[in-house]
Amino acid sequence: MTMIFGIPLQAFLGQLLVGLINGSFYAMLSLGLAIIFGLLRVINFAHGAQYMMGAFAGFLLLSWLGINYWFALILGPVIVGLSGAVVERFALSRLYKLDHLYGLLFTFGLALVIEGGFRYFYGSSGQPYATPALLSGGVNLGFMYMPIYRGWVVVASLVVCIGTWLLIEKTKLGSYLRAATENPVLVQSFGINVPLLLTLTYALGAGLAALAGILAAPIYQVSPLMGSNLIIVVFAIVVVGGMGSIMGAIVTGYMLGILEGLTKVFYPEASNIVIFVIMAIVLLVRPAGLFGRDA
Amino acid sequence: MTDQSPLLSVKDLHAWYDESHVLHGVNLEVARGETVTILGRNGVGKTSTLRAIMGIMRKRIGDIHFDGQDLMRLPLHHTARTGIGYVPEERGIFATLTVEENLILPPVVSKNGMSVAEIYDLFPNLLERRTSAGTKLSGGEQQMLAMARMLRTGAQMLILDEPTEGLAPVIVQRIGEVLQTLKQRGMTILLVEQNFRFASKIADRFYLMEHGAVTTGFDVADLPDRMDMLHEVLGV
Repeated sequence: MTMIFGIPLQAFLGQLLVGLINGSFYAMLSLGLAIIFGLLRVINFAHGAQYMMGAFAGFLLLSWLGINYWFALILGPVIVGLSGAVVERFALSRLYKLDHLYGLLFTFGLALVIEGGFRYFYGSSGQPYATPALLSGGVNLGFMYMPIYRGWVVVASLVVCIGTWLLIEKTKLGSYLRAATENPVLVQSFGINVPLLLTLTYALGAGLAALAGILAAPIYQVSPLMGSNLIIVVFAIVVVGGMGSIMGAIVTGYMLGILEGLTKVFYPEASNIVIFVIMAIVLLVRPAGLFGRDA
Repeated sequence: MTDQSPLLSVKDLHAWYDESHVLHGVNLEVARGETVTILGRNGVGKTSTLRAIMGIMRKRIGDIHFDGQDLMRLPLHHTARTGIGYVPEERGIFATLTVEENLILPPVVSKNGMSVAEIYDLFPNLLERRTSAGTKLSGGEQQMLAMARMLRTGAQMLILDEPTEGLAPVIVQRIGEVLQTLKQRGMTILLVEQNFRFASKIADRFYLMEHGAVTTGFDVADLPDRMDMLHEVLGV
């Protein structure tokens, strides 16, 4: 059997793939958090709940209305994005004048309410969500067997991340967003409706979380606590990448996902804490984050 | 043309930064096509006056009319649409946008604006550096860019806060030439300026501010008679 650093090649590549898939979710979620933080200066603790709502949107659309995975992939983010827009307009926007801590506390409370609500109706156990027929099965890559759906998640996440990055860096709307991140008052004095831009940004962030949630539904089970299990790791990633840096969030998401996967091969005991160890080191050495500008 | 009524009129304007009352009843008028300079020492409320007119300072009472519209009632993002282009003291060039993105950022408010090609004719430096990050430009170039992006919007009036601050004499002269060109095209200009020599070359009329209010106003023709008083008040 082929060995790499004393580890069977298959185990190595298998964990590399698991890491890449986890990294795909980390990247999509930390991307949304970074966009929201950049413009709204809100640390969105409801992000995990919005990810869970995305997965449930897919599950409920299928079980209630028979709407399949592909339509849910579009409808779910739209529904969760709209709910995000409502939250921003009627609640979050009233907190901008206050200390940033209030936005964090509000979204934290909101996440508890949403997760509590879903637990009331669905309990803590997961609901299964079948892999769509088109993406079921697997391919033998010669050195390992890869489920097609997992390959799809990696590709879809790359497309979403690059697409969002292009939207922000290369379009007119993106230039409004970047400018408003630097100086919202001046941008508004130019005649741009910044309050609307804030609402759209929060909706976009929530929609991205929901999209990640639907992509996750066939892999993990759909459960009310799926978001809160994940979100703490995602916050650590955002801290490592640098708050508010879009590219930093994406690259760090994939990097740390892979690192976590490889730790499972070489020293499994540390795999649950490796990201937090990195976070602690980055905070000590480079508090603004790997890609962050000094605040 | 309603040449009789001023384009901008400000009456008994009071404004506050948090609890601190900084404007104590400012009165001023700017006619169409006129260039008006507000003079005054540091801290008398010149910048605050401009920010209150734009609506950036929200805690304000009094009366501000521009082109027949009541600016007191408008949300901040509607002020620019009435045709006012604001060039702030700190210039406000965005670091994460290229020069060209900075230039085309403010929405066009009327079809009287200059095209991007015309603007590059007027400011050739910006054309050369259009793909650089906005804040990689020199201070003078950033000031040019901050003015240029308002010319594209078709604003009827420019509000400039200390456009020559901290710039080399040759750049100050270039900014003076640009403002002269704009005046000839009929642009209305309201500016705050510490550089008295610069202001005296381009302004038609002056207001003097002390302690948060306008204390006197006079035409450029009366300037020689007022020099002693200005020396005393401004220390120039």
